[in-house]
Amino acid sequence: MATDDVVRRNRRTTLRLAALTLAMFAFGFVVMPPMYGAFCEITGLNGKTERISTAQAAAMTVDRSRLVTVEFVTSVASGMPWEFRPEASKVRVHPGEIAEANFYARNMLDHASVGQAVPSVAPNSAARYFQKTECFCFTRQPLAAREEKKMPVRFVVDPALPREVTTVTLSYTFFMAPETAAND
Amino acid sequence: MSHSHAAHDEHHDRAPSGLMRWVTTTNHKDIGTLYLSFSLLMFFVGGTMAMVIRAELFQPGLQFVDPQFFNSMTTIHALVMIFGAVMPGFVGLANWMVPMMIGAPDMALPRMNNWSFWLLPFAFILLLSTFFMPGGAPAGGWTMYAPLVMQTGDAFPFLIFAVHILGISSIMGAINIIATVFNMRAPGMTFMKLPLFVWTWIITAFLLIASMPVLAGAVTMLLTDRFFGTSFFSAAGGGDPVMYQHIFWFFGHPEVYIMILPAFGVVSAIVPTFARKPLFGYSSMVYATASIAFLSFIVWAHHMFTVGMPLAGELFFMYTTVLIAVPTGVKIFNWVATMWKGSMTFETPMLFALGFIVMFTIGGFSGLMLGVTPADFQYHDTYFVVAHFHYVLVTGAVYSIMAAVYFWLPKWTGHMYDEKLGKLHFWLSTIFVNVLFFPQHFLGLAGMPRRIPDYNVQFADWNMVSSIGGFMFGLSQLLFVYIVIRCVRGGQKATAQVWEGAHGLEWTLPSPPPYHSFTTPPVVK
Repeated sequence: MATDDVVRRNRRTTLRLAALTLAMFAFGFVVMPPMYGAFCEITGLNGKTERISTAQAAAMTVDRSRLVTVEFVTSVASGMPWEFRPEASKVRVHPGEIAEANFYARNMLDHASVGQAVPSVAPNSAARYFQKTECFCFTRQPLAAREEKKMPVRFVVDPALPREVTTVTLSYTFFMAPETAAND
Repeated sequence: MSHSHAAHDEHHDRAPSGLMRWVTTTNHKDIGTLYLSFSLLMFFVGGTMAMVIRAELFQPGLQFVDPQFFNSMTTIHALVMIFGAVMPGFVGLANWMVPMMIGAPDMALPRMNNWSFWLLPFAFILLLSTFFMPGGAPAGGWTMYAPLVMQTGDAFPFLIFAVHILGISSIMGAINIIATVFNMRAPGMTFMKLPLFVWTWIITAFLLIASMPVLAGAVTMLLTDRFFGTSFFSAAGGGDPVMYQHIFWFFGHPEVYIMILPAFGVVSAIVPTFARKPLFGYSSMVYATASIAFLSFIVWAHHMFTVGMPLAGELFFMYTTVLIAVPTGVKIFNWVATMWKGSMTFETPMLFALGFIVMFTIGGFSGLMLGVTPADFQYHDTYFVVAHFHYVLVTGAVYSIMAAVYFWLPKWTGHMYDEKLGKLHFWLSTIFVNVLFFPQHFLGLAGMPRRIPDYNVQFADWNMVSSIGGFMFGLSQLLFVYIVIRCVRGGQKATAQVWEGAHGLEWTLPSPPPYHSFTTPPVVK
């Protein structure tokens, strides 16, 4: 029969396992998301790009020996009534050289709305060499009813970009900024 | 079940009768019966959904249900079968057998045991009630991938809370099993003398405690993304939908071993009994189980080879995945070596155990094929995957539960089941389960995607074959219910040992065993 000793041991085992349960929940809920973010930032895994200062960009040595094609792809999230396009579909730049590209976004609604652009760079191995000093994706973009806006991006391709990468694709998707998303 | 009130003073002497007996019971046998009955009920609920799926896929074109409902069927079929049929089935077996196998009077935490069972019906009422809600039942797949799952209608919070409750229930069950085995063993029952069923269940219980809270975290993030303005998985707010897949499969891969490790334990009990030889390589079985459990935490991304991982990641997850074949192979070889030169007989439990070994291995091999990254790019999200996981779950986990029921039913009820009908059940099931799932390999290799209600006519023939197998397999299971009910009601009296080759503490108790298994602990030499 269950003696006091067994009851005590059962209670201790239960408490320890309950603590392990809570720790694993905390691992999933609190630790994993920032860990994942940090991991992606270090490795450039999911195409997240880096932001650097203008001074850092200017300090880079320009590699005149090769040209890299930078392609621009734009899209808007499904159901988002914005028009969004790049001024030119691609540019050719020397690594280390500061370049600028313009994008246009137009709010097709009869009222103001706020968008958030999310960038991604392909291939993954190029993501961490694609540095931006200025981008409309750093902040939310409010547009008045029917307003069209020209939005610049200043970027520099790091001269350390592996030589086998000759084309880098920069894609932007505009989403409705979370708090202005009407339903959901 | 009989009430034999031997000498036990501090527990209630008179249990309430009728329905209240089952609601208030803290007895491990009653709760085991509840779990197993619930598992059987859910097996038929999920099975009915599978019949709807196979009926719709009988011919190309849309016949019976609209695509949204079809997607709900695949989603809820999976959730019901995993959380309602297979997991409670194994918990029920553990409740019945673990105290008897280790020489304990009952489970360590009987009241928590009652609670962890009674959470289940409520979780499934929440989940199944979603069929009657605006927007329909969840249809984004049982994996609940963001952002697709965000399109679920009013059912969304019900889905999340049902998963939370199921998680709490199985974590409590796991804590109970660990506490029982750690603290309630009979004198002399050292860890390396534990029956393998008990060993596999301890390891399963640790997997549950380590992985279910992670699932709870993932679905909680879905919930806050939808209702509280967070952006864990929403790219618009800086989140990443791929992170959901990582977190989900960090739970999901241990989960598939939660559904198979107890099956290994069952087969390791049955094969020596009917081969009349001790299990070959006992300690290597224990270490193999532990290695599989460890590896299960570092292979998760093989479910998502196609998300765009760097080469190093693909290679890492491929190597670790293929490595699992080593401890699993150890187990298969040990079972075969146990049978080698044994005096084998082929009663129904042995037939199901042998069916398990052969067909689980087929599922294991298709798993190896899927684990090879370049090949996976072709197989990903096709019927090949469906064929693979049904071989390991139906002819693996479900077959082992059926083997266990036939094996221990005489012990539980005190009656022998009808051997002739049992064998008929085995052969009908085994023929038709292969008619059902084997052609799905061909469909997958030919490129048929999973989770679709309609398909190209090139897939028509094998789908029809598969559907016929499905209907017949489903019908065959009615025979199982008939056999079990008849055995519970009466039949030839079973001896304490039941099977000639059976060894272990549970076979020293009379059949049926007394209400409290071992009121005085047996001494294990």
